[in-house]
Amino acid sequence: MEKLVTLVPLFPLAGFLYIIFFGKGFSKGFIGTLASSTILLSFIVSVLVFTTQMHGAHPAVVKVFDWITAGSFKVDFSFLVDPLSSIYLLFITGVGFLIHVYSTGYMHDDEGFSRFMAYLNLFVFFMLILVLGDSYVTMFVGWEGVGVCSFMLIGFWYKDMKNNDAAKKAFIVNRIGDLGLIIGMCLLFAYTGTLKFDDLFISGSDISGIPGGVATAIGISLFIGAMGKSAQIPLHTWLPDAMAGPTPVSALIHAATMVTAGIYMVARSSELYAFNEVASQVIVWAGILTSILGATIALTQNDIKKVLAYSTVSQLGLMFVALGMGAYSTAVFHVITHAFFKALLFLGSGSVIHGMGGEQDIRRMGGLKKHMPVTHLTFLIGTIAIAGVFPFAGFFSKDQIVAVAFEENKIVFILSLIVSACTAFYMFRLYFLTFHGKFRGTHEQEHHLHESPKSMTIPLVILAALSVVGGFIGLPHAVGEEMGMHWHWLDHFLQDAVVMPSMHMTMGTELLLMVIATVVALSSIAYAWSIYKKRGVLADEDKDMKSSAQKLLYNKYWIDEIYDTIIRKPVDRISDFFGKFMEPKLIDGLVEGTGSLTKATGGIFRMLQSGSLSLYIFVFIIGLIAILLSL
Amino acid sequence: MLTLLLIAIPLFMAGAIFVMGSKSARQLALITGVVELLVTFAAIWVEKSGNNPELLTFNKQWIGPLGISYAFSLDGISLVMVLLTTLLLPVIIYSSFNKTFRNPHVFYGLMLLMIASMIGAFTTSDGLMFYIFYEFALIPIYFMILIWSHAEGRARITLKFFLYTLFGSLFMLVSLLYVYQHSHSFALEDLYAAGQALSAYEQGWVFAGFFIAFAVKIPVFPFHTWQPATYNAAPTAGAMLLAGIMLKMASYGLIRLVLPMLPEGVAEYGTWALVLASVSVLYASGMAIVQKKFKLLIAYSSIAHLGVLTAGILSGNAQGIQGGVMEMLSHGIITVGLFVVYDIIESRMSHDEMHRMGGIREVNPQFAFLFFVIVMGSVALPMTSGFVGEFLLLLGLNQYSTALTIVAGLTVVLGAVYMLRSFQAMMLGTSNAHTQHFAPLNQQEKTLLYIIVAMIVILGVYPDPILSLSNPSVETLLQGIH
Repeated sequence: MEKLVTLVPLFPLAGFLYIIFFGKGFSKGFIGTLASSTILLSFIVSVLVFTTQMHGAHPAVVKVFDWITAGSFKVDFSFLVDPLSSIYLLFITGVGFLIHVYSTGYMHDDEGFSRFMAYLNLFVFFMLILVLGDSYVTMFVGWEGVGVCSFMLIGFWYKDMKNNDAAKKAFIVNRIGDLGLIIGMCLLFAYTGTLKFDDLFISGSDISGIPGGVATAIGISLFIGAMGKSAQIPLHTWLPDAMAGPTPVSALIHAATMVTAGIYMVARSSELYAFNEVASQVIVWAGILTSILGATIALTQNDIKKVLAYSTVSQLGLMFVALGMGAYSTAVFHVITHAFFKALLFLGSGSVIHGMGGEQDIRRMGGLKKHMPVTHLTFLIGTIAIAGVFPFAGFFSKDQIVAVAFEENKIVFILSLIVSACTAFYMFRLYFLTFHGKFRGTHEQEHHLHESPKSMTIPLVILAALSVVGGFIGLPHAVGEEMGMHWHWLDHFLQDAVVMPSMHMTMGTELLLMVIATVVALSSIAYAWSIYKKRGVLADEDKDMKSSAQKLLYNKYWIDEIYDTIIRKPVDRISDFFGKFMEPKLIDGLVEGTGSLTKATGGIFRMLQSGSLSLYIFVFIIGLIAILLSL
Repeated sequence: MLTLLLIAIPLFMAGAIFVMGSKSARQLALITGVVELLVTFAAIWVEKSGNNPELLTFNKQWIGPLGISYAFSLDGISLVMVLLTTLLLPVIIYSSFNKTFRNPHVFYGLMLLMIASMIGAFTTSDGLMFYIFYEFALIPIYFMILIWSHAEGRARITLKFFLYTLFGSLFMLVSLLYVYQHSHSFALEDLYAAGQALSAYEQGWVFAGFFIAFAVKIPVFPFHTWQPATYNAAPTAGAMLLAGIMLKMASYGLIRLVLPMLPEGVAEYGTWALVLASVSVLYASGMAIVQKKFKLLIAYSSIAHLGVLTAGILSGNAQGIQGGVMEMLSHGIITVGLFVVYDIIESRMSHDEMHRMGGIREVNPQFAFLFFVIVMGSVALPMTSGFVGEFLLLLGLNQYSTALTIVAGLTVVLGAVYMLRSFQAMMLGTSNAHTQHFAPLNQQEKTLLYIIVAMIVILGVYPDPILSLSNPSVETLLQGIH
């Protein structure tokens, strides 16, 4: 049964190759159907694989071929099938399929349609390799592969240099993280002699011999990789720029799947982090600071996709908070619910942008509710879900994170409540400004407003349904017991794959925290409602922004500008110094100087310059004679 | 026998082409290249099957009393190096097919002469023979650049290249002779034993001599300044031979001569060399970032990658050496690929200034796609050959020093910076007056690019045939040390 898993990445790979090499001349309908059905097939196989895992099959390693051998270092190209990878397979192919279908509608009029579908297929292939790889190295194949796909898709409209710059930035910032990951792998190998998850974690003994300081270094190095991929401070700056790509890309890669790779990796390494206090604390604080940063910036953004992008940054931060506090399955839980509602929100925003003829500024929208009923309703569901209102998906997963924070660290707990408050506020601000009030765009735009085609709205409806019920896979004790349902199903499912925290929360505390979270979310929503709905306040135009706090947030704390000053400019300046002075004057000057010295002393250089080769051969032969003489 | 054949065929054909004149010289050269490749496959097959190992060795005394002999032996490491040579040879010859040279028979004759010499260096098991082959290869390439270059100041540039490397090699000669005084034989086995018997301190000095010679040729900062100018002046085929194959003799020398002969010298007194190699990565990457011309960018990016290679090999463990072997193969292919790209651009634009281009992808998406795969190989993306080598090198280097690994590892970031910058500048955006008539690829260019891209991807996805070929030899070599 497990052997079948090889098919899961194979389908999208075949789709990609077919479209790239033989796709010319086929209709868009055919290409779209082909690309989507490869993912559907993968999804079906994933369901089978997942089912066997659910019924308690043992984790299995499926070897595909021999890959790298170097002395004692041996890595096969193999897949690891266990609960963690199988549940990832399920939502990658599931959400991936919906987004493929959506793309057939969204990208229909684009001249690069088949190229786009091919890239999406390739992305899904690498994402599947990432979660299936049975070692850090195989995982790294997927890790870098999705990075390149992200690069190609952010810069999909390559004629505009702005998109290319965003793509390049994403790739390079990610590579900084990747260097961390590589160093982590190097250290891990140096101390354990293996990079296979199997040897390291499942058999379990190999990591216990690592000295504490080294373990911390490994934990932090690997986490630097996660920071890059999952956009955590200080490597978060690429993600908002990545919105330059087509919206389905933002939904699939930059919200639902790729950016959660960092969470996957840390969860996969849970045994490494579980007893690693320092590294775990680093993760908690990077996570919560990123979360606050993203949530506060999102309060002031006016580009519909930028709001969602910073929201993603913020939600990813929360997932890391959970990881750092040892609640690995909780982080995975939030990854899954987030995939549902954030994909939904992005696709919804895509539908809005589609209807608005490419407009992304919410200051030019308003009143779309009556023109786009399906988009409106599903977007509202996504907004409620992310805001954390009972019983929508986001409520349960976020509540679990808040609960863990309450147990572990009260400061982080308070901060996470602030994030929740901000989240509910900016999402409803976005919702009211987009769908309520009067239309603020041009007449032409208003004339063309329309609901999106079925291929786009059906995925929205399915994702909306998932955003409602998705939370039930992790019902808390208090609720599950009450409703007679299986509680903490996900924790039980994942208990063999990741380390489980030992939490002993009373039912009362659990309920109290849920009440607090609900009150925070609802009052935040009410506040947003009173401003943007009741009083009809509009977002400020750029020139009207007065308060310095508003400017600070609107300009994203000027972090990009700071990086430019402290990193990019110095690198360019040093390189320039190398190129203009060091290389020609200093180093080559020395070389030439040595040559001239010879010239001055013996005039040999001049003779050589005349191009007489006989001399070189002479020198060569002298060398040989020297050998013979020395014998 | 096969070994001798590998050297004799190009040598004989070089003579034949010289004699027969310019007519069909290039076809003959190409056929020679293909035959060489087939012989290489045969040799690999013999090695893998394990039968008739005598086919892979040849030993005949030359100057008996002095312990010099024509000794050749093909182990896994040598086979990969020969494969590098014979894989690239037909590609390089074919890449020059659409060009008109003066006296093509001399050009191709010299090329084959050089090939024979390099294969000699990669296969000999005699220290002095290595030195002779290593030096001799310099002569044909010197003429190839001098005669067929169009660059200004080529006489001066080629002279500097020639003198510099020749000068560097003298240090190797001194070191070699020093060890010979103890071994009284140039057979590598004897040199290993004599070298290892030296004190670590002595080994350190002998190593210094070897390293300076190899560092000039690899090249490693700060001995590299001959290289960009030489690449720039050389006809593209010459630059391919240099960067793709010839300079690998030096890194191969580190594996074949230095590590087994002077293990303690490298381990205890070789830190400075590893530091230089790591600095080389940073420095050359910085230089690559500021280049305006694509060919110079290739030159500096090459130095950066070879810095990782040198440091990794000198770490002296199985991962470093295996990574080194793989990276030499991969770097050869990718660099030749980049030069093919350069040729295609230069033939259409008559310059290679990157900022004057742009939008080529819009006009010629196929070319942009193939170029992109090569760029990905250069930035060592997994599933390309570049990754396997570079990852193993870093894995090896880290066992020596984590600090140096971080420095050398910056190639992961900086490589992406300069490669993506240049790809973007040339290929992306909208086309301008210079690029809007960028002609489609012709059949020859397509073939070349597809072959190179296929090699990059196949070796990246399935490097096992190469790695399992060299792995036993690497382990034998390391056993000889401990």
